[in-house]
Amino acid sequence: MISIIIIVLGIIMIVAAFLAIHLKNLLSAVISAGVISLLASVIYLLLAAPDVAMTEAAIGSGLTTIIFIFTLKKIKKGDLDD
Amino acid sequence: MIFALILGFLLLVIGLYGMLTQKNLIKIVIGFSIVDTGTHIIIVSIGYLRGKTAPILDGAVDLANAAKQVVDPIPSALVLTAIVIGLAVTALMLSFVIKLYQKNKSLSIDDYQELKW
Amino acid sequence: MIKKIFVSLALLGLVLMFLPFVRDFDFHNELSDLSSQYVVGSINDLNTQNVVTSVIVTYRGLDTLGEVTVLFLATAGVGFLLRKKKASLKPRRSSELLQTASQFLFVLIILTGVYIFTHGHLTPGGGFQGGVLITTAFLLLILADVNLKFNHSILHLVESFSGAFYVMIGLFGLLLIGMNSFLDPAILPLGKFGYLLSAGAIPIIYSLVGLKVGSELTTIIDKMGGE
Repeated sequence: MISIIIIVLGIIMIVAAFLAIHLKNLLSAVISAGVISLLASVIYLLLAAPDVAMTEAAIGSGLTTIIFIFTLKKIKKGDLDD
Repeated sequence: MIFALILGFLLLVIGLYGMLTQKNLIKIVIGFSIVDTGTHIIIVSIGYLRGKTAPILDGAVDLANAAKQVVDPIPSALVLTAIVIGLAVTALMLSFVIKLYQKNKSLSIDDYQELKW
Repeated sequence: MIKKIFVSLALLGLVLMFLPFVRDFDFHNELSDLSSQYVVGSINDLNTQNVVTSVIVTYRGLDTLGEVTVLFLATAGVGFLLRKKKASLKPRRSSELLQTASQFLFVLIILTGVYIFTHGHLTPGGGFQGGVLITTAFLLLILADVNLKFNHSILHLVESFSGAFYVMIGLFGLLLIGMNSFLDPAILPLGKFGYLLSAGAIPIIYSLVGLKVGSELTTIIDKMGGE
């Protein structure tokens, strides 16, 4: 049962990884990278590591995505100024 | 869990492919974070033991032979700190990207050729 | 074209390097000797329910001190690179919904974070997760009010005091117990297994780690998001 869930999640994660690399829109790419981290936290939970799952859910999909979006915002703003 | 191990290696290879082929600096940082996730999945899946529970010794675990019932706690501990460090390193890389953009007004790595020979 | 060939060769080499590792990997059914020693020691010597916590705080305590130092250095790098220039002139207001909700949720998120890092030796979680939750509370404040100014002296004070106390607790182990006991939690009474006030100094050390991680990541978020 666990193997089937991991295979399904893994296919979604690999598709999201390809999207994160190949999408032209940077915001969509950042969101795809966040999806990878969110699904990775489910996999950690299935692999009996709840501590790691908590950390990954809070950091990987929350703070890392926000930091990327802040960076995009700063770069956009520089564009508008000049 | 062999599938999680394979998934981790695939993510690592995809992330490295992204880092090597993409021109955009932010795409390179995204590739780095994918490599990070892949490595963490590999380490956690090495510590997994089939049919055993998480290393939290509450009511679900018999204390007399607890060592027979839990998965390996050491990979979890290693990955836990590595994730936090990964966030800080990603933030450092992104602030380098912001600084480079403010200086040269470009995100393409082809425009930074000071060290090219 | 040449670049593509080189990239393919590099990836192929990587795959060939890892292939034997995946193919010949044999999964154990038993814990290794070291890990079972950690599990047994966590019951008998440390009175800690969460074995991951006892590995992070005690058995690999020096390692965690190093990790916190790396975190501090990365934060210092971000702060050095993104120095504030001048405050933006036109203030941007967020939506009413976000402002009201952030005032209501801020206290609750901080409380959850404190709960997580004080119960790190009993339930899943601990200093790193609690610190990150505290950071998300401050992130909500930044999102609700873009021109928010944090009091940086308080942030730096919390950060440096928690780091200094962390090292001091480690040195107390050397003073009170003897050689080879840097960061030994047995300087305080070990208490009863499964209670909040147990496991010696582990809850105190993990709370200090939580405060340090929370204040450092808040500094990073503030530098990256503030304008």
